[in-house]
Amino acid sequence: MSSRLSGNEAVAYAMKQINPDVMGAFPITPSTEIPEYFAQYAANGEVDTEFVTVESEHSSMSVCIAAQAAGARSVCATSSCGLALMYELLYVAASCRLPIALACVNRALSGPININNDHSDSMGARDSGWIQIYAENNQEAYDNFLMAMPIGEHLSVRLPVMTCMDGFITSHAVENIELLETEAVRRFIGEYNPENYLLKKENPLAVGPYDVSPYYMEHKVLEAEAMKAAKTRILEVAADFEKISGRRYGLFEEYRMEDAELALVLIGSSAGTAKAAVDKLREAGVKAGLVKIRVFRPFPGEELARALAGTRAVAVMDKSEGFSASGGPLFAETRSALYDLQERPYMINIVYGLGGRDVKTEDIEKVFARLAAIAATGEVGPLYTHMGQRSREEIA
Amino acid sequence: MSFITGRKFINQEALPHMWCQGCGNGTVLSALARTFEQLKYTNEDTVVVTGIGCWGKADDYLTTNALHVTHGRALPFATGIKAAKPELHVVALMGDGDGTTIGGNHFIHSARRNIDITAIIVNNLNYGMTGGQFSATTPHDAITATTAFGNPERPFDVCALAEAAGANYVARTTIYNGRLLRSSIKDALTKKGFSLVEVISPCPTQFGRRNKINPAVEMLRSLRDKAVTKDVFDKLSAEEKDNHILIGSLVNKDAADFNTRYEEIRSKALQK
Repeated sequence: MSSRLSGNEAVAYAMKQINPDVMGAFPITPSTEIPEYFAQYAANGEVDTEFVTVESEHSSMSVCIAAQAAGARSVCATSSCGLALMYELLYVAASCRLPIALACVNRALSGPININNDHSDSMGARDSGWIQIYAENNQEAYDNFLMAMPIGEHLSVRLPVMTCMDGFITSHAVENIELLETEAVRRFIGEYNPENYLLKKENPLAVGPYDVSPYYMEHKVLEAEAMKAAKTRILEVAADFEKISGRRYGLFEEYRMEDAELALVLIGSSAGTAKAAVDKLREAGVKAGLVKIRVFRPFPGEELARALAGTRAVAVMDKSEGFSASGGPLFAETRSALYDLQERPYMINIVYGLGGRDVKTEDIEKVFARLAAIAATGEVGPLYTHMGQRSREEIA
Repeated sequence: MSFITGRKFINQEALPHMWCQGCGNGTVLSALARTFEQLKYTNEDTVVVTGIGCWGKADDYLTTNALHVTHGRALPFATGIKAAKPELHVVALMGDGDGTTIGGNHFIHSARRNIDITAIIVNNLNYGMTGGQFSATTPHDAITATTAFGNPERPFDVCALAEAAGANYVARTTIYNGRLLRSSIKDALTKKGFSLVEVISPCPTQFGRRNKINPAVEMLRSLRDKAVTKDVFDKLSAEEKDNHILIGSLVNKDAADFNTRYEEIRSKALQK
């Protein structure tokens, strides 16, 4: 069924269709609307969810962890400092193998305080053991949230899932969207029936106790194996989802990459802008292409290397700084993924869009112009730059 | 004859402020600036610490040193300042969401520690800035964005909490009671030890609209009619008490503050 929804409402609607057992709710811009919409559904009796209004994000994630450990499906939404306040609990959720679904509406992480979009919040949590799936638009935000539970709850995975969308750009803009029928959603996600849970009569369980050195590492390896297994599961779920929705998803989206010589790699809503720039350049005869990363955790390294193997120059665009002094996190991982290729493309890193700094099609065209020059001359120039600064001479 | 205006403590370039019409924040800011002037505070010896929220924006409009920190954490930051520089006047400005909900733990521990900080909590009964969600002071049954058909929980009595935790000075007022507001802020600033002034303030945009108390002037009238001093309050029935606001100085004592006790321990340790 067709509708017009903001990204936040689309995710709240997905939650309503899922009808989770518990939601831990605490407001933070720009994700606030998600628990607000959901509060209405709960108050109207449209869902059976225990809607728990707590005093901080630390508590909202604690509520979800406890509920999930007791065998209840739990959901949550947050942004920026809220995600940061959950930090210790993100690791607890993942290591206890509790497949909570969290909608992260990406916003710059303080400081200075800023409420607008970049990816510094979720990128900060990239090593917490959560699966991370990013959306380009409202449709993907909705679809990704529906896929979160079948991915995370599967026996081979049992990890929490963070679905991310760009704050304001995606969360607040209203777009056309195709919604599934609630019955179809319920059939797709099925019931959550974990083998073990708190208060199970036959098998009393302790969740989260101290793990001694002779066993701790084995548990972390199991967690790491689960993250590896998640890649297969994500693709299985995507295939099942295509059957009911007609929409196809992979680990990333390749846009006009068939014969691309110059390529961008980026995450999120900027892909829409980049696609417009790619189309324009293609019309002018430039073999431009785009890889939009959808799944960042697990990182699709081998697949990405194959996708970029035929290119001559690649710009990885990071919407978070990372402060590694050698480029953003997406650059580090993409560059590492390409190391085993026999012939590697030239690669540069461009950090852009921090704290809501706009990126336009002309900006993307400048990046491609730089890539064209690099491919032609073999001169890479500065490896890692920041785009669109008001105070510096422009390097794309 | 000169009047106390507090003008030199207000950053004129930042005006007009961003608060909604009918919000009480401007009234409290004005009272604070005037009291700073009255007490001959200077920009150099005064530090204002704020967290996140509408009232947390108050530092934008002040010319004193200001530290704008994360949500709920004004008091631990203020504690660091006071512990390191006891000679400074340290003032923490918080809302009910910031000070008693996400930061509630810091609130009770600052009062327990009795550190010489003046906390001014502007209580508008909900999270105003994020769109009017429930907070720890939202009355039972009240409508907020996250309690669409009424709040099932009970609110904190912020003053009782501070008293039980050990604060030296506790007062409650409303923005309607302007003289009490000024005198309470003055008493709190001059009291050594942890001082709290809770100011009940209208949020017409979020709380008033949802709970059908509007226009804003109705919220002010309601504060005027509900606010009573202890002698009147004590004679009310339990039911009537629920519908009134006890105002005035509620705690005023002189227990040793954190820095004093810390110096005692330090000098003992040095003598050994």
